[in-house]
Amino acid sequence: MLRKGIALAALGLALIAAPAAQAATGHAVMKHVSWSFDGPFGKYDTAQLQRGYKIYREVCSACHSMELVSFRNLGEKGGPFYDPKYPNPNDNPYVKALAKDIQVPDIDSETGDVVQRPAVPADRFPKPYPNAAAAAAGNGGAIPPDLSVIAKGRTGGPDYIYSLLTGYKAPPAGLTVNPGQNYNVSMPGDVSGQWTGDHHKVPPGGFLAMPPQLADGKVTYDDGTPSTVDQQAKDVAAFLMWAAEPKMMARKQFGFGAMIYLALFTALLYFSYRRVWRNVAH
Amino acid sequence: MSGHSTYEPKTGIERWLDTRLPIVRFMKDTAIDFPTPKNLNYWWTFGGILALMLGIQLVTGIVLAMHYVPHVDHAFASVERIMRDVNYGWLLRYMHANGASMFFLAVYIHMIRNLYYGSYKAPREVLWIIGCLIYLAMMATAFIGYVLPWGQMSFHGAVVITNLFGALPIVGEPITTWLWGGFAVDNPTLNRFFSLHYLLPFVIAGLVVLHIWALHVPGNNNPTGVNVKSEADTVPFHPYYTVKDGFAIAVFLLLYASFVFYNPNVLGHADNYVPANPLVTPAHIVPEWYFLPFYAILRAVPDKLGGVLLMFGAIATLFVLPWLDTSKVRSMRYRPTARLYFFIFVLAALVLGYCGAKLPDDPVIGAATGLMLLDADINSFVWLSRLATLYFFAYFWVILPVLGLTETPLPVPESISEPVLSHPASTPAGAAASPEKRG
Amino acid sequence: MADTVVGATPDPHAPGDDPSRRDFIHIAAGAAAVGAVAALAWPLVDQMNPAGDTLALASIEFDLGKVVDGQQVVLKWRGKPLFVRKRTAAEIAAAVKDDNASNLRDPATDSSRHKPGKPEWLVLVGTCTHLGCVPTFGGGDYGGWFCPCHGSHYDTSGRIRKGPAPKNLEVPDWAFLSDTQIKIG
Repeated sequence: MLRKGIALAALGLALIAAPAAQAATGHAVMKHVSWSFDGPFGKYDTAQLQRGYKIYREVCSACHSMELVSFRNLGEKGGPFYDPKYPNPNDNPYVKALAKDIQVPDIDSETGDVVQRPAVPADRFPKPYPNAAAAAAGNGGAIPPDLSVIAKGRTGGPDYIYSLLTGYKAPPAGLTVNPGQNYNVSMPGDVSGQWTGDHHKVPPGGFLAMPPQLADGKVTYDDGTPSTVDQQAKDVAAFLMWAAEPKMMARKQFGFGAMIYLALFTALLYFSYRRVWRNVAH
Repeated sequence: MSGHSTYEPKTGIERWLDTRLPIVRFMKDTAIDFPTPKNLNYWWTFGGILALMLGIQLVTGIVLAMHYVPHVDHAFASVERIMRDVNYGWLLRYMHANGASMFFLAVYIHMIRNLYYGSYKAPREVLWIIGCLIYLAMMATAFIGYVLPWGQMSFHGAVVITNLFGALPIVGEPITTWLWGGFAVDNPTLNRFFSLHYLLPFVIAGLVVLHIWALHVPGNNNPTGVNVKSEADTVPFHPYYTVKDGFAIAVFLLLYASFVFYNPNVLGHADNYVPANPLVTPAHIVPEWYFLPFYAILRAVPDKLGGVLLMFGAIATLFVLPWLDTSKVRSMRYRPTARLYFFIFVLAALVLGYCGAKLPDDPVIGAATGLMLLDADINSFVWLSRLATLYFFAYFWVILPVLGLTETPLPVPESISEPVLSHPASTPAGAAASPEKRG
Repeated sequence: MADTVVGATPDPHAPGDDPSRRDFIHIAAGAAAVGAVAALAWPLVDQMNPAGDTLALASIEFDLGKVVDGQQVVLKWRGKPLFVRKRTAAEIAAAVKDDNASNLRDPATDSSRHKPGKPEWLVLVGTCTHLGCVPTFGGGDYGGWFCPCHGSHYDTSGRIRKGPAPKNLEVPDWAFLSDTQIKIG
């Protein structure tokens, strides 16, 4: 029994160690959302991804790059604009049309000049700033992070993104917010340095340079979904999760088959094992 | 043990080959007919599991190297390209990343089994030392492998670990500069780490061959710790242990697959999905879970050189273990007192791992007491890890040497078969032709 | 089993044994193991096939508007040169005249090598069908392309006429999207 307990404890350590390691980032409010892609059979909600793309395109992309994502990804299997009629996303007319609306930099092959041309599906999402220095200069010194894998690069993933986007609150009395800073209850950090109240009751959250971006009705949804801040935050968080892990559905599907196969394989081996050992006292 | 060969070439081709390169004979003697104690339990299946994990890591790693670019400007993006564009790239990378964790999980169970059943004792000291070398090479491989994706944890982990060598007096600084190939962890460092990450697994594979060779000279230890007395104590490796190991491997693969397919990032750190930035350190630097106990030992000492020496000392201790344990009895089945200390040791190692994941000054239970002992609050992880570190070393350097001379072990069975026969529950009904009564 | 371990080897035909069931279990377990290895082998093989970003560049679009009579534009398509040539009337006539020539190694009419009603536009993969060198225009005995590597002569329709190459220059999949816009691949 004891030995079994130790084995379980070792396993438990393997399971808890990593999350435990990440938990100590100060107290910030994390709101948990029930996502369509949760759990072993979770799938991305295509309509939600489409809405999320619209938010990114119309709101976030003004400052945030997504350098690892191409327009063609939008039409790939599991993506927001996947159409089974066009297995090659380059042919997907909707993706082509979306790309065409966006200008990307290119080199004119005759003159060598830098020109802007309409994007094609193979192009990556263009960057809002030509380089990091320009990004910092345009945002009071804070570089807006690239959003390609942000949902995996932040503890809490889409929950964190949703919480942050809906976490802007009026600073409580006694909390000094410096110019260029915004108070957010879900931003990891420590506000005690600017807190003049009871030092046992430091408010949660932290400061960030990005002011609130979402507002009710700021983006008009094509599918008629009410455009509230809460809905916008959920949709863009789901879209960013898809962008960070576009192969999630393929992974879970493959995994389902693999688990069943392995379970049957294990059962067969067990009976084979019992059969081989049946006459040996051990 | 593996006395004379039982291989008889049947066809002309087999005879022709056997007189020139007796590889079939070798395989049959070592992997098919090899006499293995018949009482090995499931703790003995981890050798086979480890061999499989090494194979999986090698195959997936070689394939990933076809797509990875070891350059600071492209490493992160090339890993993401593997995840997004390469056919089944997500599967291969997640198998490789989680495979490292599974590899360490298996090796730790393998080592704990070894400690419990005294497998490191004579005549298996060399077998144990080769095992320690494999473990050392695994740690080096895993560490430099974690640097390759060039995320924030990769970069700052590499900075912290390479700086450990800087603690050495006089030679410290030249060694670190030499490791880096510059004044900091940078492109030359990444490039050489990639080269070494490709090389070291083959070194491990070579050590594994030596490990198996050293195993096949004295043969397997077994849960009783009693030497094999007669052929009645053994069964041929195939089919008895191939099928038993196979079953254990399949169960282990189920666990592995559940990580790969349903929780591929749970053992990693979110910060490693942020591209490396030498100008900003993540708020909380922690190594992968399998290094946490050593990380806790390192931080338990308030002195740079002392911490480094103690951490390496923890690994070095393993190498001399066969000569620290003075007991004549191998298996802790018959050492009730030692068994108690052993379980505390396992607990101490787990506690060290837990401490390694926490901030040193955070309170363990509730709030800080305000009671300072030397440099830290008495209710802090740094003091808990000091306690556990003390026990870790005391177990090897004090408890095992003293206990072997003072304890009274339980009576040890005459042979492997004896406790089996006196244990009616494990004799299957209808096993009329009990092999012990024949032969 | 072998003699040395016979003492420990149980009799495979002990009473009450059903050999057929035993065989089935072992064979099934073995087959499942082979199946698992085979299933994992496919991802290991398939990863070497072109990746998503490579496939994304497999088709390109090109604007013919800037190409003048007798001019050839070389594009890079799937890592290889692609000749887009606006042929002159004389080149077309020379090609049509040779439609039934006796030395066509890979017989094809000129009309089968251009889009209907647009004989001036010729789109060819610019690699010699011999061993992959890039032929140059204006050389050789037939007024078309000449491969400097091993001396293959192509006519103004890109057909092989002389030299070691076995096939005509390949015409890729391409189509007019509009009067001046074409898509290759």
